[in-house]
Amino acid sequence: MAVEPVLRMKGISKSYYGTKVLDSVNLSIMPGEVHGIVGENGAGKSTLMNILFGMNVIHSTGGFEGSIEIAGQPVQIKSPLQAMALGIGMVHQEFMLLPNYSVTENIKLNREVLKPNLASRIFGPRLQSLDYDKMYADARKALKRLNIDIDEYATIAGLPVGYMQFTEIARELDKEHLRILVFDEPTAVLAESEAAHLLEAIKEIAAAGIAVLFITHRLNEIMEVCDNITVLRDGRHVVTKASKDTNVIELAELMVGRSMEFAGRKQHYSHKGRPILEIKQLTVDMPGERVRGVDLTAYEGEILGIGGLAGQGKIGIANGIMGLFPAAGDVKVAGTPLPLNNPSASIAAGLAFVSEDRRGVGLLLNSSIEVNIASGAMFGKKEFIKTWGPFSQVDQAAVRENAQKLIGELDIRCTGPRQLVRQLSGGNQQKVCIARALTMNPKILLVSEPTRGIDVGAKQLVLDTLRRLNEELGMTIVVTSSELAELRSICSRIAIITDGRVAGILKPDDSDVNFGLLMAGQPISKGA
Amino acid sequence: MQDKSFLKDMDLARLIIAAFFILLCVAAIALRLDFAELITSSLARIGMWGVLVLAMLPAIVSGIGPNFGVSLGIVCGLLGGLTALELAYRLEGIVAFSPGMLFFIAMVFSLPFALLVGVGYGWLLNRVKGSEMMIATYVGFSIVSIMKLAWVFLPFKNPEMAWPIGRGVRVQIALANRGMAQLLNNFLAFRIGEVVVPTGLLLTVALAIFLMWLFLRSRTGMAMSTAGSNPRFAEASGITVNRQRIIGTVLSTVLGAVGILIYSQSYGFLQLYEGPMFMPFVAVAAVLIGGASVKKATISHVIIGTVLFLGIQVVAVPVANAFTAEWSSMGEISRKIIQNGVILYALTQAGGE
Repeated sequence: MAVEPVLRMKGISKSYYGTKVLDSVNLSIMPGEVHGIVGENGAGKSTLMNILFGMNVIHSTGGFEGSIEIAGQPVQIKSPLQAMALGIGMVHQEFMLLPNYSVTENIKLNREVLKPNLASRIFGPRLQSLDYDKMYADARKALKRLNIDIDEYATIAGLPVGYMQFTEIARELDKEHLRILVFDEPTAVLAESEAAHLLEAIKEIAAAGIAVLFITHRLNEIMEVCDNITVLRDGRHVVTKASKDTNVIELAELMVGRSMEFAGRKQHYSHKGRPILEIKQLTVDMPGERVRGVDLTAYEGEILGIGGLAGQGKIGIANGIMGLFPAAGDVKVAGTPLPLNNPSASIAAGLAFVSEDRRGVGLLLNSSIEVNIASGAMFGKKEFIKTWGPFSQVDQAAVRENAQKLIGELDIRCTGPRQLVRQLSGGNQQKVCIARALTMNPKILLVSEPTRGIDVGAKQLVLDTLRRLNEELGMTIVVTSSELAELRSICSRIAIITDGRVAGILKPDDSDVNFGLLMAGQPISKGA
Repeated sequence: MQDKSFLKDMDLARLIIAAFFILLCVAAIALRLDFAELITSSLARIGMWGVLVLAMLPAIVSGIGPNFGVSLGIVCGLLGGLTALELAYRLEGIVAFSPGMLFFIAMVFSLPFALLVGVGYGWLLNRVKGSEMMIATYVGFSIVSIMKLAWVFLPFKNPEMAWPIGRGVRVQIALANRGMAQLLNNFLAFRIGEVVVPTGLLLTVALAIFLMWLFLRSRTGMAMSTAGSNPRFAEASGITVNRQRIIGTVLSTVLGAVGILIYSQSYGFLQLYEGPMFMPFVAVAAVLIGGASVKKATISHVIIGTVLFLGIQVVAVPVANAFTAEWSSMGEISRKIIQNGVILYALTQAGGE
């Protein structure tokens, strides 16, 4: 091979607190190559980029294993500053721009062109003035390479998001020694025409000899622009293929894969009860998880899964129904319309919610297990309270008894019902959340991200608990989760949410391809 | 892990203050100060301040933080006291009120003021979430200044309260004339050796604390503390957080009103004008020293804090005086240094997790 790869990462492994998030990943890119990286949330894409960029989060958690070579030279990247010096540029998912500065000032930030003046001649170079003419010219040149017509004098605040994205790319292009440019989901915030423009720009950049690493969920974009594609799944390097040797369907399948055993899954999920939760045209204004019009029905006695990639709006659905974020639309519980934006009404209608934000919304960390478990029913349903006219007292004995019963049933590992919830492990905290919801004796249990942030063993226990509740008590459960495998292991149907809407409803044993396509925003009919 | 070090920090803060208190007591004995007298005045002072410190509890528990604006409640209590004295004067010869009756009337009169003001104040605090402590401090300063005008212009006619010449009420109004001075202190008071125990006063404080304990275990009390400790959790449980914060503010204001009347009867005077200006700081310091943070407080924090902080105040002044006998105003200066130093120390400890 005549040309040396500009970047080679070999055997990269990384653990956070004993959890392996990357396992011997290899990556190698030629100058002028566009290399795509695809994978689900948590597949290890961001961690890999953090390693490449020498981010502090990597080094403060014990570093990583493996080696990095830039243009054949082994390097130790200890900080983002060093990464930049080596010619690695990054276009971030969240914009790193100063809103009150102009496009040019942002592009040249900390690399300003200076010219001497009287003061600097006397007091030294720190007092040199900015050479705005030269800076504007440079900015113009960088923007021109992107073929985009942005006014280099405009301030960032008020520009459309697409322009901000291009400004950020221009900033990287303006760096003279740029050799590798990383795009971290650059099209996530862009409109279709802007995205198309960006893909053109990426091709131009590559044509100029810069290696491009392109991270995205959108498989068709990857297919369009990339020369080679690396698929990551659960921190493992699945495959690297030339894009001409593969297709969207194969990628979708590789990306989703089957990483969990399906043992014990309910076999007869065909029977349907009556509709118990009917959602029509639900919109929820939850920042980062906007719901843009969901129609979905849950039937009595089923476990309905809601899946999809992060940021697509799946989390917003349950939060909207529970009145925690501003919502609009029609929701019926067992045929009765539910007033929205009113948590008390949702609780009174027989809904109970296990929040994805366990420590923020789900628990009173500084209170005891027994108080946490009783609190939902205490406030929502006036249980565990003895009243005498206007006076009331908490029924301590009933609170204790209920807590002890549930600690036993759900196998919550603790020193006793008086222990503070903050002292419990993630899995046991989650069980307290479930116990709290069960104490409210709900018609429908809404569970969001039930296994987020808890270790593998505890995950299985939580999932088993949900399944047991469904099978033994016939409870209707709506589970929202980013982990497709766990939805497929317990649900009877799975709705995939993309762009704030239901992209499709699948059975757990539908093919990986279909799941992958729906999550990537592709209609199933096209490929399958 | 994190949690343990936090607890340890708070315990350390309390240990330091407790050690300081003990050191002062040892110094007092070594200096041959009248120790029985010190204990007597400590008990009286602890009783005087007990309810005012307790007023911090509903405020912190409901999430508005230490109530630096408890001067609002104090002013309402003073207003109730003045109204009761005025009533006694106007009805002179028609009805003769016993001192106990009059004290009760003062409390009853202060309640409508405190309720009304508390609701308004709570409404205000709901609009400045995140900077309650700062706003509360200046609300407190403002109300004291506004009331200076009111004390001059309110139509009180009782000559016991008026200036001999000019208009308005006096800076200090004696309660002894109506038999209200030390009313609670002397009730069932007894001596152990040289030490006088103000039984009635301490019982009153104990009763207030017991009622608060009951309240915190009621449905409303539980909802209030839930709203305070995790507002998002509370909203998700169907609790209206803003309403709970108003309930906490009203309770704190009412306790401030009742507390100042209990304070005043022990002191023997109603102190107007500048009087209430810095009282909130003492109450805040006490509860923080007791181990409360701006987010979390319990009844034990109130009790420990009142005993430690007011005990220190009583013992520190004569000890400091013994060292600096030649400067007569040193006692007051040292009291201020100690009080503000303790507030500063407590606030650094209370800064949050």
